[in-house]
Amino acid sequence: MKLIHVLAALPFLGILVGVGFVNRVEPLVLGMPFILFWIVMWVVLTSIIMAIVYRLDPTNREDAE
Amino acid sequence: MNAALVVIFFFLAFALFLGIMARRGQDMDMEQWTVGGRGFGTLFVFLLLAGEIYTTFTFLGGSGWAYGEGGPAFYILSYGCLAYVMSYWLLPAVWRYAKEHRLHSQSGFFVKKYESKGLGVFVSLVAVVAMVPYLALQFLGLGIIVSSASYGTISPLVAAIIGTVSVTIYVMVSGIRGSAWTAVIKDVMVLVVVVALGIYLPFTLYGGIGEMFREIQAQRPGFLALPDEGYSVSWFVSTVLLTALGFYMWPHYFTSTFSAENEKIFKRNAIFLPLYQLVLLFVFFIGFAAILQVPGLEGERVDQALLIISKEEFSPFVVGLIGATGLLTALVPGSIILMVAATVLAKNVFGALSPSTEERRIMLLARLLVPVVALVALWFSQQSGQGVVLLLLRGYSFVTQLFPAATLSLLPNNFVTKWGAGAGIAAGVATVTYVTVAGTTIGDLLPFLPQVLADTNIGIVALFVNFAVMIGVSFATGGFAVRREQSV
Repeated sequence: MKLIHVLAALPFLGILVGVGFVNRVEPLVLGMPFILFWIVMWVVLTSIIMAIVYRLDPTNREDAE
Repeated sequence: MNAALVVIFFFLAFALFLGIMARRGQDMDMEQWTVGGRGFGTLFVFLLLAGEIYTTFTFLGGSGWAYGEGGPAFYILSYGCLAYVMSYWLLPAVWRYAKEHRLHSQSGFFVKKYESKGLGVFVSLVAVVAMVPYLALQFLGLGIIVSSASYGTISPLVAAIIGTVSVTIYVMVSGIRGSAWTAVIKDVMVLVVVVALGIYLPFTLYGGIGEMFREIQAQRPGFLALPDEGYSVSWFVSTVLLTALGFYMWPHYFTSTFSAENEKIFKRNAIFLPLYQLVLLFVFFIGFAAILQVPGLEGERVDQALLIISKEEFSPFVVGLIGATGLLTALVPGSIILMVAATVLAKNVFGALSPSTEERRIMLLARLLVPVVALVALWFSQQSGQGVVLLLLRGYSFVTQLFPAATLSLLPNNFVTKWGAGAGIAAGVATVTYVTVAGTTIGDLLPFLPQVLADTNIGIVALFVNFAVMIGVSFATGGFAVRREQSV
């Protein structure tokens, strides 16, 4: 259970703490201001992280079997 | 009447028609009218939950804030993500408890958890107060859309009245089943319109998205990031946190989770909902494209940016389609919020205070309250002088106050007593009300604070007050003692 909680904390760190460090426009990444790119990256990462959490979560495995 | 208005009124009539059709063949009791019975599957719950990010707030407010504020608008893309992460654990727990105790409302949840009818009534009132600005922003949005599409022949006030009357009639004839059908059409239209505009405008006007941002950066350096003061980094962080925590505390959202068939639906949705949010990017692109094309909009007028640039670029017919999409983004959430607010007042406030009233009469009262709540929201939308984003943030600073009591009650050993929960929420709400009515900010109240703290969203400060009072009062009323006994 521990690992999935650590994983779930990552988007909070990335967005709430990270934004303070990436608050600038340049360099543009994928055409987007850096801060916007950072947020978009975390939105995508959140999806991936939640997919991993879903896989690792033992309560889901019990139900499936 | 021009082509744009014809298209918009056609869609309005069509939505009403669907609402009436959805109602036929079913006798609607209270449960049918509000939660559509239980047993909605993954897709429908997904749409119901995902639909939240496609309201007038995002359509007009998201583009308007990108236009008017720049970087701070990115908060809109950030909070949903965090809310979905929490939903993975929060919603199954809420759902399980609601199913076990056959709950129908958010108020019922608090009544059962804290064994207090009084707390249920209090929570209901707080929730309704929070919903008024949320509803008001939908009416404001409808007013902007209809008035813009009329090319100036209908004033914003008259347009807002037309919008309010439409939503009211819609709710009174259809209920949630009608909204379900319209929600599907709405989501498809938003997807098409937003993505098409979000790509078309930057490419035709600037030659690409990167080019557009480069030009904005050249003309207004730093506009695309967060400013040092005002909507600064600390504002951003506190606002994202406030809105993420409050996300599922809206009564219409909280109870829409009850309609799921099983709890796995929420866990699966937590994977896909963040990605679905990326549509917001295109909403931002529309607002940014308007910055150098239709400059000069200020204050609450920034909400018109999307429609004004559309009118410059497209024929009235296309403007009508865009306007119709905006109409649906206001109609669907507006009707759900209106219906839930009226039901909560009738059932969880009036019904709880006068338990002998039979259900048929409560149902009648709920319907009678629909136009009353609509009028209050209409009045609010006209006098607040705020744009749609600030209206929603105002609602959030109230509704998030329910978060600590709701979440802690799901813990195995909840130390919060009913007195602690009530006092905490009251303290939080009082803090927000005082600061809003006095029209101050934390920086004005406590001028010695550094800028970092001064920009903090008032809702988060109120949440800390709420939490501290909750712990203190729970301690005084024996919450911790109970906990110790239980854990031994």
